[in-house]
Amino acid sequence: MKADTANTKPLKAVYTHPESLKKTRMHYCPGCGHGIIHKILAQCIDELSIREETVIVAPVGCSVLIYNYYNCDGAESAHGRAQAVSTGLKRALPDNIIVCYQGDGDLAAIGTAESLHAANRGENFTVIFVNNAIYGMTGGQMAPTTLIGQRTKTSPYGRDKGNSGMPLKWCELLTELEGPVYIERTSVHDAKHVIRTKKAIKKAIEYQRKGLGYSFVEILSMCPTNWGLASLQSAEWVKESMVPYYPLNVFRDRGNGGGK
Amino acid sequence: MSERLLMRGNEALCEGAIIAGCRYYFGYPITPQNEVPAYMAMRMPEVGGVFLQAESEIGSINMVWGASLAGKRVMTSSSSPGISLMQEGISYLAAGELPAVIVNMMRGGPGLGNIAPAQSDYFQSVKGGGHGDYRTIVLAPASVEELAHLMIDAFDLADMYRTPVIMLGDGALGQMTEALTLPEPSERKLPPKDYILDGCKGRKERTIKSLRLSPQGALEELNLKLKAKYDEITEKEQRYETYEIEDAEIIIVSFGMASRIARVCVMQAREKGIKVGLLRPIALWPFPEGYISELASRDNVKGFIDVEMNLGQMIEDVRLAVNGRKEVFFYGRTAGMLPEEDELLQKIVEVNG
Repeated sequence: MKADTANTKPLKAVYTHPESLKKTRMHYCPGCGHGIIHKILAQCIDELSIREETVIVAPVGCSVLIYNYYNCDGAESAHGRAQAVSTGLKRALPDNIIVCYQGDGDLAAIGTAESLHAANRGENFTVIFVNNAIYGMTGGQMAPTTLIGQRTKTSPYGRDKGNSGMPLKWCELLTELEGPVYIERTSVHDAKHVIRTKKAIKKAIEYQRKGLGYSFVEILSMCPTNWGLASLQSAEWVKESMVPYYPLNVFRDRGNGGGK
Repeated sequence: MSERLLMRGNEALCEGAIIAGCRYYFGYPITPQNEVPAYMAMRMPEVGGVFLQAESEIGSINMVWGASLAGKRVMTSSSSPGISLMQEGISYLAAGELPAVIVNMMRGGPGLGNIAPAQSDYFQSVKGGGHGDYRTIVLAPASVEELAHLMIDAFDLADMYRTPVIMLGDGALGQMTEALTLPEPSERKLPPKDYILDGCKGRKERTIKSLRLSPQGALEELNLKLKAKYDEITEKEQRYETYEIEDAEIIIVSFGMASRIARVCVMQAREKGIKVGLLRPIALWPFPEGYISELASRDNVKGFIDVEMNLGQMIEDVRLAVNGRKEVFFYGRTAGMLPEEDELLQKIVEVNG
C-alpha cells in the first residue's frame, strides 16, 4: 500500500494573531462588523510596521472601547469630536500616525462640523468611518445614514424622507471638497469585500505616512442586534439594501501622482 | 525683560502664554477677545508654534484636548457664549486629567447678551460649568500686567495638577491698554509628563480616557482621586491681595476689574474716616475661605460688602466663609454696566451706620 505523504508536509503559518491587536475578548455582539474591521486595521498597522507610531482616536458609540483592543496608544474623544481631537493631536505629533475611528452617529450627525472642516483643511490623518445605518450603543436609534423605510427605535414606522430627510452619503459629500486625497467606500459583508477594505485602509494610512493629506475610508458594516436580524441575514442586508444606496467606489485617489 | 511696554490685555496675555512655552493655540472669533486669535495668528508662526482657527468653540476645545494628549502646552480663548460651548470639553479635560489653559474674557449675558465687560460667569467658572463632579482652577487678574504674569502660573498650575485652568477676565481687561513689564519664564520644577500619547515606542501602550464603566466603583475611584487633588489645590493654591485690611471694620470683597473701582472707594471712604478694607481674591477657585473666615471672626469687623459686575455670584462663597457671623451686603452692576464709585460709597456709608 502506497503511503499518503500529504499529511506529513510541513505546516506553514498562513495566519497569526496581529501583533498590534490584544489577545482579549471584544465586547461586540456576534455578527457585528467592528471585530472584522479592528482585525484588518491591526493587520495594516503590523504590515506597515507602525504600531509604535500610531495613536488611535476613539469615538463615542459602540467602538468607544477600541483603545482597549490595540497594543497602540489610544485616546477618547467627546461624542462627534474625534476629528477635532485628531486635528489637535496630529498638529502636535506631525510624525506620528493618527487613525480616527468613528461611527455614523458620531461622524455624520453630532460631529458634522468637525468632520467636514477637518476634511476641508486636508488634515493629514486617516478616518475610518463605520456606517451601519443605526446607533448601536444606545440601543438602535435612527442614524443620519439609516435607510428610507428602515425601522429603528426612533423611526418605528420606518425612516420617512419628509420627516428626517434622505440618508447622508458622506463620501459623495466629501468629493465636493479639495482637502481629501483619498475617499473610498467599501464593505465588510463578505470575504471578498473584507480584503478590499483592508487594501483601502492600508492605502489610506500609507498616504498619511507620505504626508499627502486627509484619507477617508467608509465601511458598510453589520449590526445584527439592532437590525433584529441574524448574522448571515445582516450581511445579506448590507449587500441587498445598503450597497445599492451607498455604492462601493473609489471616489478619489490622488495619492499616486494625480489620478481622480 | 525689564522693559516697560504699553500693551492691550488681550495681547499681553498672548505674550505671557508664549513666554510660558505655549506653542499651540486653537480658537474661534468672538468679541471682546478677538485680539487674542489675531495676535496668536501673527505670533505663533514666528515662534514655531501652531495657530489654527477652529470651526467653532467646540472644535477649539477638542483640538486643545488633542494637543494636550501629546503633552504640549496648549490654550484657547473665548468669551462667555463661546465658553458655554466649551463646557463639555472642559469636563473631559478635568476627567482625563489633561492640562490646558482656557481664557474667558467675559461679556454680558445671559444668551447673546452684549459685548460689554461683565463678571456673570463666576458660577460657570467656579462651580464647574460642565457636567460631573469636577473643579477648575480659576485665576482672576485685575490688571494687564497681572494678566500677563498669571499666564505663566496658569500653565504651571495646569501641569502641576494635570487640570484645566481658567483665566477669567472681562471685556474691559481684555480691551484695556496699560503699562507692563512682561513676565520671566518660570523656574518651577514640574512633574514629568509620563502620561502622554506619542506612540508607544519603547514602552507599554497608554490610553487617555474618561469613560469608566467597569468594574463597579471604577468611576468613583477616579472621582475620589480628583477630590484628593482638589483638596491639595485648595490647601496650597489660594491667592489673594489685601488693601487697608488690618484695622478695617468693613471688608469689601471684590475681584478683577470691579476690585479696582472698589479700591478707589476704599480710599474715598478712608478720607471720610470710615475704616474700610479690600480683599481681592486672585484665585476664585480655590477661594480664600480660610482668610475670610478669620476676618469674620475679628471683633472689629462690622460686616462685608461683596462687589461684583453681576447680580451676586461670588457673594455665595463669601457667605459660606463668613458662615453667619457677620452680615454680608451686596453692591453690583451687571450686563456691561460698571460699578459706580458714588453708589458704592453710599453703600459703605449705609453699612457703617
